[in-house]
Amino acid sequence: MSQIVYQRSPGLQDVETHYCPGCHHGIIHKLIAEVLTEMDLLDTAVGVCPVGCSVLAGNYINCDFIEAAHGRAPAVATGVKRTHPELPVFTYQGDGDLASIGAAEIMHAAMRGERFTTIFINNAIYGMTGGQMAPTTLEGQKSTTSQSGRTRELHGLPVRMAEMLSTLDGMAYAERVCVADIPSLNKAKRAIKKAFTLQMQGIGFTFIEVLSTCPTNWGMSAVDAGKWVKSNMTQYYPLGVVKDVEVQA
Amino acid sequence: MKAKVTFNLDRCKGCGLCVSVCPKHILWLDETVTNVKGYHPSGISDQDKCIACGNCAKICPDSVITVEKLDEEKK
Amino acid sequence: MQKELWKGNEAIAEAAVRAGCKAYFGYPITPQNEIPEYMSHRMPETGGVFLQAESEVAAINMVYGASAAGVRAMTSSSSPGISLKQEGISYLIGAELPAVIVNMMRGGPGLGTIQAGQADYFQATRAPGHGDGHMIVLAPSGIQEAVDLVADAFDMADIYRNPVMILADGMIGQMMEPIVWKEREAVALPPKDWAALGREAPGKTHFVTSLRLQSPENERFNQELTGKYQRIADKETRWEEIDCQDADLIIVAYGTTSRICQSAARKLRQEGIKVGIFRPITLWPYPYEALRKAAQQQSVKAVLTVEMSSGQMVEDVRLAMCGLKPTPFYGRTGGMIPETDDVADKVRQILQEVKP
Repeated sequence: MSQIVYQRSPGLQDVETHYCPGCHHGIIHKLIAEVLTEMDLLDTAVGVCPVGCSVLAGNYINCDFIEAAHGRAPAVATGVKRTHPELPVFTYQGDGDLASIGAAEIMHAAMRGERFTTIFINNAIYGMTGGQMAPTTLEGQKSTTSQSGRTRELHGLPVRMAEMLSTLDGMAYAERVCVADIPSLNKAKRAIKKAFTLQMQGIGFTFIEVLSTCPTNWGMSAVDAGKWVKSNMTQYYPLGVVKDVEVQA
Repeated sequence: MKAKVTFNLDRCKGCGLCVSVCPKHILWLDETVTNVKGYHPSGISDQDKCIACGNCAKICPDSVITVEKLDEEKK
Repeated sequence: MQKELWKGNEAIAEAAVRAGCKAYFGYPITPQNEIPEYMSHRMPETGGVFLQAESEVAAINMVYGASAAGVRAMTSSSSPGISLKQEGISYLIGAELPAVIVNMMRGGPGLGTIQAGQADYFQATRAPGHGDGHMIVLAPSGIQEAVDLVADAFDMADIYRNPVMILADGMIGQMMEPIVWKEREAVALPPKDWAALGREAPGKTHFVTSLRLQSPENERFNQELTGKYQRIADKETRWEEIDCQDADLIIVAYGTTSRICQSAARKLRQEGIKVGIFRPITLWPYPYEALRKAAQQQSVKAVLTVEMSSGQMVEDVRLAMCGLKPTPFYGRTGGMIPETDDVADKVRQILQEVKP
């Protein structure tokens, strides 16, 4: 007799991913898949995937997906959720997609309090296109378009999206998490579940920023990249709840 | 044996995250083995020491690992 | 059927509502602002969704989302805003999604003017977005026709799974004309079983996308699109011929310009000059064969294209004619409207010049 402690979630499609070894996309996809399975939302969920490494997320998570143009996922999700308010809708976006080209779309989705959930994968770099600087690249961090490192003078300091969007009334819940170790991963899963729960209650816009790794473009091993999230990224991007309307009410 | 850990070896990308989160330090990447992808897949060196915490399986980005907790009777 | 007096923009919006449009996303830009304004109260009244998006870019992407979820959706804009939508239109074409896009053209390029123009012809017929692919482009010449074409547009979009554009100019949007709301026969529409509004079963999900990373697959898709566009060309090409029989000269014009040319033609008839009007209604697919056929008549000495641009549709006219007869051009652009007398003068001048 045995009891399964952990196995592959049915919320994932039974395919291999194209992600690099140790890429956190795989972990975060699992958390979303598990949450949707536990909440019994897989049959009706509609995800919107971005342009970036996770452009193929629709092949990996076991629910309906719509591919969006770069940065436009919040607008696409608005089109789906406003016409089908009963469906659980979420966007899954990287830092170039959400904070650079998509800055207007995410800002207005939060401003309007759109009733969908955004999972924001912040790995401080452009992954798919080979390591260019992102709006969230840290000061001093090197990238292929900031080869001497990001500077305040040339590039300005990076943007804290969770905090910035939380100044808007429409933001119902914003939390920053990471999956660099097991306790953090458990917290991240709880945050994602909370976001979807609030969405289904129609409370407002929910936003989970996940500090993630890009071992390939950071030039580190997957294990070292995970450590870098905790040692470097969390200094500038603090983990924790940024806004919770239920607490503030 | 408290736990049974199985690996879908051909899906492992040898990233080493499971090795880094195992509290008993019984996971390793076997460099004498390459899987169909050309990676050194992870494996468990001492199944008896496994406490079935599931950390390795939880962190694996590719859902390579299945962890089962066995009943105490079955020794 | 009772005649009602309607402003063009509002009539087009109402026509969409009556055609079952359930989602409108737009952004303010002159001269089409009455469309989002009308939709802002009419959509909620009829159980539809209205949202003024943060930009034209966002609006077309909201249309994309609603359409991907199986809903009849529409946006409208004017020339500079349509440029912003080109990315989204390419995605609609690539994902084979229905949508209706209204362009109330104004003079360009750049910010240009708010007066009417027809200088987006190339954009609409040649480059709705990047990549291979077309929009069906419908060009009404008045409000009644606009209203009828909007209903056709939604049906065509659903039947062919393709965006359809209503290409009108600012005059049509701003003027008022009496129209009737015609009873329409129901059209057989294919089911939207591809829509992303919940998976069919575990492992049987819908993925609405235009991403085809493997080139052989992408080429196959483009070939299928070509096949689709051929079917559309075979079935949906529309035009109107007015007095082209035994004409001395045929004027090719669309939209409001065609009405100005009709006035010029009537004047010239009184002088004994027989001018026919060939009016394309679908600018894509273009009625090349029909135009060539009309021009082949021995009486026809030249085919004059008149547009509110520096000359865009004239290239399609020349393509149709392949040098068969002279194909001069007359146009006003930058927001200027051609005058009836100037068109008539041009016709007289051409007929003088082509005399043997």
